[in-house]
Amino acid sequence: MSTTSIHSDAPVADLDEQRAGQERFDQIIAEDSRIEPSDWMPEGYRKTLVRQMSQHAHSEIIGMQPEANWITRAPSLKRKMILMAKVQDEAGHGLYLYSATETLGVPREELVRQLLDGEAKYSSIFNYPAMTWADVGAIGWLVDGAAIQNQVPLCRASFAPYGRAMVRICKEESFHQRQGWEILYELSHGTPEQKAMAQDAVNRFYGPALQMFGPPDDDSPNSQQSMAWNIKRFSNDELRQRFVDMIVPQAEALGLTLPDPDLKWNEERGHYDFGELDWDEFMSVIKGKGPCNVQRMQHRRAAHENGAWVREAAAAYAEKQARRQQDAADTHLIGA
Amino acid sequence: MSQHNVDASWPLYEVFVRSSRGLSHVHAGSLHAPDATMALRNARDLYTRRNEGTSVWVVPSDAISSSDPDSKGGFFESSQGKAFRHATYYTKSEGVKHL
Ligand SMILES: [Fe+2]
Ligand SMILES: [Fe+2]
Repeated sequence: MSTTSIHSDAPVADLDEQRAGQERFDQIIAEDSRIEPSDWMPEGYRKTLVRQMSQHAHSEIIGMQPEANWITRAPSLKRKMILMAKVQDEAGHGLYLYSATETLGVPREELVRQLLDGEAKYSSIFNYPAMTWADVGAIGWLVDGAAIQNQVPLCRASFAPYGRAMVRICKEESFHQRQGWEILYELSHGTPEQKAMAQDAVNRFYGPALQMFGPPDDDSPNSQQSMAWNIKRFSNDELRQRFVDMIVPQAEALGLTLPDPDLKWNEERGHYDFGELDWDEFMSVIKGKGPCNVQRMQHRRAAHENGAWVREAAAAYAEKQARRQQDAADTHLIGA
Repeated sequence: MSQHNVDASWPLYEVFVRSSRGLSHVHAGSLHAPDATMALRNARDLYTRRNEGTSVWVVPSDAISSSDPDSKGGFFESSQGKAFRHATYYTKSEGVKHL
């Protein structure tokens, strides 16, 4: 019998095998079971996952920047330690997701290259600046909050390594959301200036956070296929609605308002109605015209280039150690 | 071609974490590292930031051999149809204590 790698193999060329593979795949999806990397899968499924998972990984990596910018200026040692832990978690999330993406047969250096060359996208929310300490609170509460809403259903994604990475990530995210909410709570219960700063941060992050769920369902052509493949479990608009329903009482508990005149409870629907979002702005930020797109990419490239000597030194050391071990083994052989 | 000089990958390691004494190591995920020592350190930082582990193993991914997923039926067949390997197969002793 043959043994195989635990990671994804090259696509099968043989037609019969292909047909059998497709049947098996369809059956697994129909049973709402999980696909492992070594299972046969349609090329479209693989491509969709590579795109979605690598974009997700890039978002975690780029997403460190707005908050890391505040680590040296955190208002207390406690807040500094919390923020460092949160940013470190985001780096970890990026790495879990890169590893999971690699199981689909795309090497890490290719994923990194796509990000650095500007070929790959990341969540447009990270192209907004964190201008005040209250923004760090708003990011934790609204941005991580929206991310959780998105990520919890992804724990059941049909591609098993993606689901496993999401389980790990979701366990860590709730701390992110709570620490952000608490920053805003302390500010909104502080001086009038602090409360105004908190309100201003919420005003700026509310719309972009709601847009993290993607365009309205009518403009989201790939969603249906992703739902048929059990990658996506709820539509963009469903997730957005849940998020709005969740944050309204949370804003009330903060003593802050949400910047939407159309926001009101709809008894009939059992949900909050909310106003139209600025989708022109969303598209323009995606196309690279957001306030921080250029800065985020420059910073990422600089970090990669400035870290080159560390990677080279580690590789040289590993090589030297391996050579020494080999030499020692050879000497031993000769001696014996 | 790439505008950026992205170095060739370090080898891939699979990470196994023992969550507490007495339990088995369980696969946690994978990571890249130049050597096993660095792989262990990276695994600690990446997979045990919240006391998830008391012990970590790292194994080069290409050192792991796996059964072929497509031959699933054949490979695991010998244990099928052998219900007599389970205690529940034996029912005559129902009502008899400690059996
Ligand atoms: Fe994250
Ligand atoms: Fe987070």
